[in-house]
Amino acid sequence: MFTFFHKMASPKYFYGIAGKLIPWLGAACLITTLAGLYLGLVVAPTDYQQGDSYRIIYVHVPSAWMSLFIYMVMAIAGAIGLIWHIKLAEIISISSASIGASFTFIALVTGSIWGKPMWGTWWVWDARLTSELILLFLYLGVIALYNAVEDKRTAARATSILAIVGVVNIPIIHYSVEWWNTLHQGPTVTKFDAPSIDTSMLIPLLIMAVAFKLYYAVVLLMRARCEVLARERNTQWVKKLAGTA
Amino acid sequence: MSTASLPHAFQALLKRDLTLAVRHRAEIANTLLFFVLVTALFPLGIGPDPAVLKTVGPGIIWVAALLAALLSLDAVFRSDFEDGTLEQIMMSPHPLSVLMLAKVLAHWLITGLPLLVVAPLLGMFLGLPGIEIKTLMITLALGTPVLSMIGAIGVALTVGLRRGGMILSLLVLPLYIPVLIFSASAVNAAGAGLSISGHLSLLTALLMLSISLSPVATASALRISLN
Amino acid sequence: MNFSEFFNMGGYAFYVWTSYGIALIVLVANLLSPIYLKRKLMTDLASKARRARQQS
Repeated sequence: MFTFFHKMASPKYFYGIAGKLIPWLGAACLITTLAGLYLGLVVAPTDYQQGDSYRIIYVHVPSAWMSLFIYMVMAIAGAIGLIWHIKLAEIISISSASIGASFTFIALVTGSIWGKPMWGTWWVWDARLTSELILLFLYLGVIALYNAVEDKRTAARATSILAIVGVVNIPIIHYSVEWWNTLHQGPTVTKFDAPSIDTSMLIPLLIMAVAFKLYYAVVLLMRARCEVLARERNTQWVKKLAGTA
Repeated sequence: MSTASLPHAFQALLKRDLTLAVRHRAEIANTLLFFVLVTALFPLGIGPDPAVLKTVGPGIIWVAALLAALLSLDAVFRSDFEDGTLEQIMMSPHPLSVLMLAKVLAHWLITGLPLLVVAPLLGMFLGLPGIEIKTLMITLALGTPVLSMIGAIGVALTVGLRRGGMILSLLVLPLYIPVLIFSASAVNAAGAGLSISGHLSLLTALLMLSISLSPVATASALRISLN
Repeated sequence: MNFSEFFNMGGYAFYVWTSYGIALIVLVANLLSPIYLKRKLMTDLASKARRARQQS
């Protein structure tokens, strides 16, 4: 078991394992996505209040969940890389950033589009949307910092600190924004806070959540492999791969 | 030669930064003038209707304070970085996080405290009632140190970068949002005659959290930036 | 339920399909980006090695 983790820390070993895993994870992702979409778009009944527009939930909510989950992973991987000087942890951390930012973007856009038929405007300063907006800025900050620092090892360590500081702040920001929202909006219950959701509508949601996690795994491994190649470009095994040894 | 004790080192660093600041008094004035100017811009942009200004006043003054704090952050490490003093400080046998606390304290005394002094004037500009101005000063007293401390982390991360100033805003402003929310709503609540003990407790909690955690983060960030 | 009813989404067709469409575009872009990056990396490495061999 220990040797497994020890080997995993080696970029070359990771590159090989990840390459083998990607097709399987990809297939699983495709199947769950199709199942989730079918159950969500076709099978699930129409909501009596919102009609068929509620089906946006099946991309909006899993994206929002992923945006938070990925930030956690980014921060934890960053911390591991920082504390134990594990290159692979750093790579996983920074490879997650743009995926997380993308999910945050999707959550924001779909949330905004969903709001138009519900509230009549393209944007509302709803607690969830506002929190997602701030989360997007946190992600963009990490990406901007990584791109600004020349030496990528230093860059990875700097963004790890930033991600850790961000993760500590996320609950504080969430709470303060929710509090701010209730102060100014009164008792209107946001449509995103569905008090109780019918099982037939919940199942596709959970399936989509799993599908998105599998997607994240696939893209993360792909990006991480690229990052490994870039960092290890001067080693023998990479040179052999590029056919130039 | 005996090495100074930690409290002595703290005091020495604090005194040094304050002395340097006093010699460059213009720096302090710049931050203050920016604060006043930005606040004065809003009536020009929004219109002079007293009722509107009174409603948005607390938020405006707090946003102006945020921006003033942001702009002043560069000065925390800039001159020390450029003449090599920063590396000297980092080589000191004393825990870097405590020394960071000294630097941030000096920075707050130079840039944050003056905002408090000027705030009543701005409150008057925007027609805020006395109770709101009083609350404004309390929130500034609690909040501006948090801004300095969180900001110091951002500066430590970007001190080695060429265009660090641009990124600094992106990094630091999202982290400032809770302070903004709790402070501005405290002032509004005070104006409406409601209790602000909850707001002040939250602000104090943020202050305590930053005092304990941010010097460590600043020290780590500095070591990474200047490796 | 026939296909045109399904596509119409109870009158909300624009909102639902735009949301899914944007999500699809972003997710596909994220999938293609590392593929493109890897290809570019490999060709860069190959051409750099070629140049090094030519010089020596």
